Amino acid sequence: MSDPIQVVRQESGVLRIAVRTAAIMLAFTLVFTALMAGTYKATEPLVAASALAEKLRLIGEVLPPPLYDNDLMADAITLAPQAALGLDVETRIWRARKSGAPVAVVLEAAARDGYSGRIGLILAVGADGRLLAVRVTAHKETPGLGDYIDPKKDRNKARPWITQFSNLGFDSVPRDKWRVKKDGGRFDQMSGATISARAVTNASGRALAWAAENRDRLFALPANARYEESKQ
Amino acid sequence: MSAYKEIAWNGLWKQNSILAQLLGLCPLLAVSTNFVNAASLGLATILVMMLANFAISALRALIPYEIRIPVFVLIIAALVTVVDLAFNAFLHDLYLVLGIFIPLIVTNCIVLARVEAFAAKNGLRAATFDGLMMGIGFVWVIALLGAVRELIGQGTLFSGIEMIFPTLSGIQVLPETYPGFLIAMLPPGAFFVLGLLIAGRNWLDARANQRVRENRQHEQPPAANSLPA
Repeated sequence: MSDPIQVVRQESGVLRIAVRTAAIMLAFTLVFTALMAGTYKATEPLVAASALAEKLRLIGEVLPPPLYDNDLMADAITLAPQAALGLDVETRIWRARKSGAPVAVVLEAAARDGYSGRIGLILAVGADGRLLAVRVTAHKETPGLGDYIDPKKDRNKARPWITQFSNLGFDSVPRDKWRVKKDGGRFDQMSGATISARAVTNASGRALAWAAENRDRLFALPANARYEESKQ
Repeated sequence: MSAYKEIAWNGLWKQNSILAQLLGLCPLLAVSTNFVNAASLGLATILVMMLANFAISALRALIPYEIRIPVFVLIIAALVTVVDLAFNAFLHDLYLVLGIFIPLIVTNCIVLARVEAFAAKNGLRAATFDGLMMGIGFVWVIALLGAVRELIGQGTLFSGIEMIFPTLSGIQVLPETYPGFLIAMLPPGAFFVLGLLIAGRNWLDARANQRVRENRQHEQPPAANSLPA
């Protein structure tokens, strides 16, 4: 039998060490969380400005700024998650006007049937129902194979693959021909990487059809309104 | 060999994080599809390893032994977050290229391994230098891996470099008609090429050891005659 007083002393010693260790862990957690929070706060305005510039740059790629004269960022509406566009989150739709007259809407869409996951798209659809241009905003297609859907990775720099959609509408390419050639449509694909091209082609076709169909409502809504389906 | 020379030799070759310790394979295999991506991840890793080694060497007296690992993980994760935010805010163009790789660095166990094995036991300058050298050791292997995979997979080198240096452009090494070799771009290709690199390192080391042994045999004086008569 050990001395009971000794045991109590040992136990209190263990307890003291445990409490001290926990306190040190807590202190480290607090200090480093504060460091992260401080950095986040300090960089927040710069990060937001960069994100806005990035968004404007992407919009500028599908819709050249000389085409409109309104403030795109202010003249935008919120779009509830839209299955027809492959979107499961809220997005913004920007409306371009020149002297008050509708020019184009810029919207986001997604293809869920890429070779490896979701392909994000941004499109500008003219008031006349033509697709002005489409660009890929995010993708995980195989490097060197399916990533030609992104003009930065396309080896054909003079005429990247994705530019073949520019200025086309269903008046020049019928809806059922808005497919890759392998599926009996009008658009080229690269052999060996049809899935990426097919996903982008079909998603842009769906988005164009949706935008053309809802064009009048999209332009009529007041700025910052929320667009909901089925509220006719 | 001086202490710093030894640190450098360990990082670059003898204890090379990839070729000898086989650590950090997750980001390594995921990102080494071409030279530019691989080198970009490597450069960001150097930065994080130097910061982590510096911070933990500086704080090592305050960290109780029993909870050192959670504290290390906390510090590394916080530093990576800070680097990520700082890049996004101050070097946004570079962030657009490197950004997706920075959070991946947290998954690189070489950072934790060096902090535990070296920074927690050594002074500030030696620890920071160790982070730098281990990082450079990581960079040259991952960049080589990326270059080999890119060359075999799509017949180019340095493609995508215009995203970092707009005036440069990638090189088409093999003819335009090269059909590409898909498996080199997919994860199995990374394992194949990495296996060959490790085999190459072992071969070089074995050859060097062989030479040392042969030299010793030549130099040793005959033992039987060395006793005075």
